[in-house]
Amino acid sequence: METLAALIIGVLTAASVYLMLARTFMRFLFGLILLSNAVNLTIFASGRMTKGHPALVPYGADAPLVAVGNALPQALVLTAIVIGFGLLAFALALAFETFRRTGTIETDELRFAEPKEDTQQ
Amino acid sequence: MNWVLVMPIAVPFATAVIVYLARNYPAGRWISLAGSVLSLIASAALMVAVLREGVVAAQMSNWDAPFGITLVSDYLSAVMVVITAITGLATAIYALGEVPEETERLGFYALFQVLIAGVTGAFLTGDLFNLYVWFEVMLIASFSLLVIGGGKERLDAGIKYVALNLVSTLVFLSGIGLLYGVTGTLNMADLRGAVAASDNQGLITVIAMMFMVGFGVKAAMFPLFFWLPASYHTPYFAISAVFAGLLTKVGVYALMRMFTLVFVGDVGFTHEILIWASLLTMFTGVIGAAAQMDFRKILSFHIISQIGYMTLGLALYTPLALMGGVFYLVHHIIVKANLFFVAGLAKQYAGSTDLNRLGGLYKSAPLLAALFIIPAFSLAGFPPLSGFWAKYLIVKAAIELDMWFVTFVSLLVGLLTIYSMTKIWGYAFWKPHPEGYDPTPDRAPARVTATMITPIAGLAAMTIIIGFFPEPFVQFAQTAAMQLLEPTDYVTTVLGVQP
Repeated sequence: METLAALIIGVLTAASVYLMLARTFMRFLFGLILLSNAVNLTIFASGRMTKGHPALVPYGADAPLVAVGNALPQALVLTAIVIGFGLLAFALALAFETFRRTGTIETDELRFAEPKEDTQQ
Repeated sequence: MNWVLVMPIAVPFATAVIVYLARNYPAGRWISLAGSVLSLIASAALMVAVLREGVVAAQMSNWDAPFGITLVSDYLSAVMVVITAITGLATAIYALGEVPEETERLGFYALFQVLIAGVTGAFLTGDLFNLYVWFEVMLIASFSLLVIGGGKERLDAGIKYVALNLVSTLVFLSGIGLLYGVTGTLNMADLRGAVAASDNQGLITVIAMMFMVGFGVKAAMFPLFFWLPASYHTPYFAISAVFAGLLTKVGVYALMRMFTLVFVGDVGFTHEILIWASLLTMFTGVIGAAAQMDFRKILSFHIISQIGYMTLGLALYTPLALMGGVFYLVHHIIVKANLFFVAGLAKQYAGSTDLNRLGGLYKSAPLLAALFIIPAFSLAGFPPLSGFWAKYLIVKAAIELDMWFVTFVSLLVGLLTIYSMTKIWGYAFWKPHPEGYDPTPDRAPARVTATMITPIAGLAAMTIIIGFFPEPFVQFAQTAAMQLLEPTDYVTTVLGVQP
């Protein structure tokens, strides 16, 4: 199971790096989304993937009666997904606003903060 | 005991909520100012507790470490929290003069308080995943503050800043995931033992490098600094100052924490890389600054160059070097924030930050000129200002290790720093204004000038105090360095048992 997860993570990372090398900011963002999913899977897989039961203790018992799955990575991944969602929403809004104001999101043309003549001094 | 650790985080968050609700009223900015004063009091209380007990820790919701989230403060964390509150207060005052009302209505002060809360949280947490969360709190607030007020330049800068910082966050996050997979814990104090006991030291070193890259981007180390000079010269000056003072230092702090507490198994390898990265950071930063002709761009490159000194203090990994690193960290936050404040006021007076279109400030604003000299020469390391002691400690540590090349580069970079500072001095202050008028303070209303010059004067006074009476500060830095190198206290206080 971990091997499969590792392969998926590898493919996702490779695809995201390819996308992030593109000159358009949108492609970069898509790459970032894939990468963030790859990272989430990494966290999930590092908690070990076992065929366990939900981490619930039956009423009256002190400890779970059967082998339970590790609940912590799920909590971590959930937090990471929520945070990642927020950040990506911001990044998409930023890309949209930039396109609306400047008419481009090609990284080569985005030189408003560092104009070209500036570098030739 | 809990409250001492919680308050420095809770106060700015509470202030943020109230300020957001009051954002349409003039009262909002005063509430923000009051909140910053309260934060300073809360952080001073934390400092008192730390001075009394050495290390203070609190388990949130009484979940014992390593299962719950731990807040913990040793000397280094405490001083960083205090300095964050001081910078926050200075910025809150400065922003009163600079930030226009439309921006206030967008929730400027609320975002600013969230930023301060995020930075403080990052300094106080004792849990790695919690550190990630604080980084994100800080990031989302800084993204918004960077682009608030609009304009093509800010949006462009925002894209570069957002893109590179998000990548670094993901590298950091995957490092956390892998470290959890290897050790089964995320509590930093617990990780120290778990990492040392791990039988997979090779993998640990790989993970350490992921952390180095993740924090290296945040700290703007060579070769990962490109987002910084692309973005720091665009936002409001108050925001530039708080970014320049605090945000990169969170990266340096995280490096110092992780590479003294957790990743110390292969010091010969990891810290050697840090030495070279630090030297290149120092050198490329200062050379980049020499090529710039804009007040804020010069200062931005100098942040990078100075970051190199701090990480060098960590990389040399002796008590003296770390002590220098801690001292440098504190001194630099004050000085750098102040220089950005000065740049903002220079723009108010003379209408630009481009050195070619500045001039005559020495004649028309001698007070500002005097207040520029103090942080500028402190940055360059002139005795008896605070920067001299910071550089002196680092250079002395390098000499004691017989690292002559490191010593040479440190001194050379100091020399080149003077070059940049005299360039600003010559162009902005000494030469006559190119458009032929006297840049007079009258161009701005007196109230605006007063609110903007108060924090500059305050921070300059702190620079002088540290410079003339370095003894208590050096001793404090020494204790902080000893705690970093020998974190037994830290570990036992967090875990509550003898390891």
